[in-house]
Amino acid sequence: MFLGTVIYGLLNSAILAVVAIGFNLTFGISGVANFAYGAMYILSAYLSWMLLNLLELPYWLSVCISLLVTMGAGALMYRFVLLRVRGQALSEVIATFGIGLAILELFHYLGFVGFEYTLPVLIDESLMIGDTMVDFQRLLIAAAAALLVAGLWAFTHYTRLGLAFRGIAQDERTALTLGIDSDRIAMLSVSLGCGLAALAATLVIPLGSISPGEGYEVLIKALAVCIIGGLGSPGGVIVASFIIGFAERFTDTYLSSHWTMIVSLAAILVVLVVKPSGLFGRQKELEERI
Amino acid sequence: MERRRERIDRGIKVRAGDVFALCSWREMLYLVAPRLIPILGFLLLPLILDTYWQKVLLSVAVFALLAISWDILAQSGMISLGQALFFGLGAYCSGILNHSFGWHPLLALPAATLLGGLIGTICLLPVLRLRGVYFSMVTLIIPLMLVRIVEATKVFGGTEGLSGIDPLPSKWLELYLIVGVLLAALFGFRRMLDSDYGLVLKAIKDNDRSVINAGINIYWFKIQALFIASCIGALCGAFMTHVYMFVGMPVFALDYSILPIAAAVVGGPGTLAGATLGAAILVPLSEALRGIGGLRIVFYGCFLVVFIVALPEGIFHYVQRKYHQFERWVEVE
Repeated sequence: MFLGTVIYGLLNSAILAVVAIGFNLTFGISGVANFAYGAMYILSAYLSWMLLNLLELPYWLSVCISLLVTMGAGALMYRFVLLRVRGQALSEVIATFGIGLAILELFHYLGFVGFEYTLPVLIDESLMIGDTMVDFQRLLIAAAAALLVAGLWAFTHYTRLGLAFRGIAQDERTALTLGIDSDRIAMLSVSLGCGLAALAATLVIPLGSISPGEGYEVLIKALAVCIIGGLGSPGGVIVASFIIGFAERFTDTYLSSHWTMIVSLAAILVVLVVKPSGLFGRQKELEERI
Repeated sequence: MERRRERIDRGIKVRAGDVFALCSWREMLYLVAPRLIPILGFLLLPLILDTYWQKVLLSVAVFALLAISWDILAQSGMISLGQALFFGLGAYCSGILNHSFGWHPLLALPAATLLGGLIGTICLLPVLRLRGVYFSMVTLIIPLMLVRIVEATKVFGGTEGLSGIDPLPSKWLELYLIVGVLLAALFGFRRMLDSDYGLVLKAIKDNDRSVINAGINIYWFKIQALFIASCIGALCGAFMTHVYMFVGMPVFALDYSILPIAAAVVGGPGTLAGATLGAAILVPLSEALRGIGGLRIVFYGCFLVVFIVALPEGIFHYVQRKYHQFERWVEVE
């Protein structure tokens, strides 16, 4: 039982990391806290489902289309809404929250709830590790999480675009003097964040089903991971995913599943009290909290 | 005879925007009318409306109070996404005081206001050092967490909630109580925000570091603003508990967080009158749209985005500006 909990804790951490990394990327670069993140996650999931089941397109094609559409939606959201309220944290939060709310409640209204609304798993097999059953989808997520984190790290350190991303994150005005178009980069970062949400949906949704409520949960999970790890810190995301991931599994096994969510929420509060800037959020400590 | 146009308020605003020289009843009416409209409206409407729309007026008042509470927090630089926290705490406090201890509603209401306000302040005390978006994130999370805790521990009736709570003695008392509180809060807290105390709160929003430099303990002021706002929120919750005669997990619902924000944004943040105006527009609108059910929240979301982008100052500021720009024809001497 202990070994099983550890394994599932690891896999759960991978899921959290995959879910949170897009939110963290957007916030870390453009400073936009994208509260429509959960909605983008659900939007792409429903899109894939519709393309797959209503238009009966092949799996890869529908996933790619929904990924691109979600990225496009993110870019449009930045271009037409966020650009106008850039720099006003309150307006950004309310605007993105409003957009997310509208998307999620629209799906809620349309009544897309139920077990048939789910995406297929890639490989429908499972593996025995010790006496614990592990399905391939979760292993795939773990692999994807590792790849994503490594890929993003390489992207932000070794490509021109990635370096421009980091430049904007560090000092927008200086980046402007070096010829980096901050609006374009910020749009790309929101779009990329939404794309990562779509990717996460493709990977994680097959474990459960698509429902608008899931959108809020995803947003809260992403917030939890990012707050604990320190917003905008990629290393923090990984560590925080491990903390929450293990905490959730262990409470699930040894306490009861009612307490799972409470543990991650309580973890946020404790971290904020003990170390207000998050575990690794050193970059802009003074601007973030006083 | 030649004529030219003159601003109506030209003779009134002699020195500055807020120093008035009044010499006639007409000029006084010009200033008093906009302030009398909400007072008379809220006091007289209950008399002419039927029972159904009286209930709507009741929720207009409750949401206006929640929006005022949100606005006071926002004015002190704390953007809350979880007014439901205060609302829910007040609701549960009043429910428990009445249900378990048998307190009379008129006694439970003020007690729950203070108690709920206190607990709400304590809940947010650890995160007071957070600024901007970070504070918003935490306020979004805490109500959700409380729902889960109630669900998990099955305290206070668990998922079933507490029913059979005593209503307030009479319908008229109910209506005029909340309307009276709304008007008192609206005008009282507007005065407060215009005083030196309010200036400190606004300065914390504009630049908290320079307030610290001025030797003012911003946390103490933030705590006070938080306590005021959460007391108002708790009052709304406690009041609604006695109206519905029920308290349960729905009191932490997203509605109570979203609608006040929508009202304040649509009406115009910064002046509490804007928040009230927003609630007076949105709540009846949502009643009229009751037929479309869940689509209402979609509309709220869209409203929020459109107003943030197209009219960020809000309706109230827009109307106020236009009101001060009224002109009349006068003879050239």
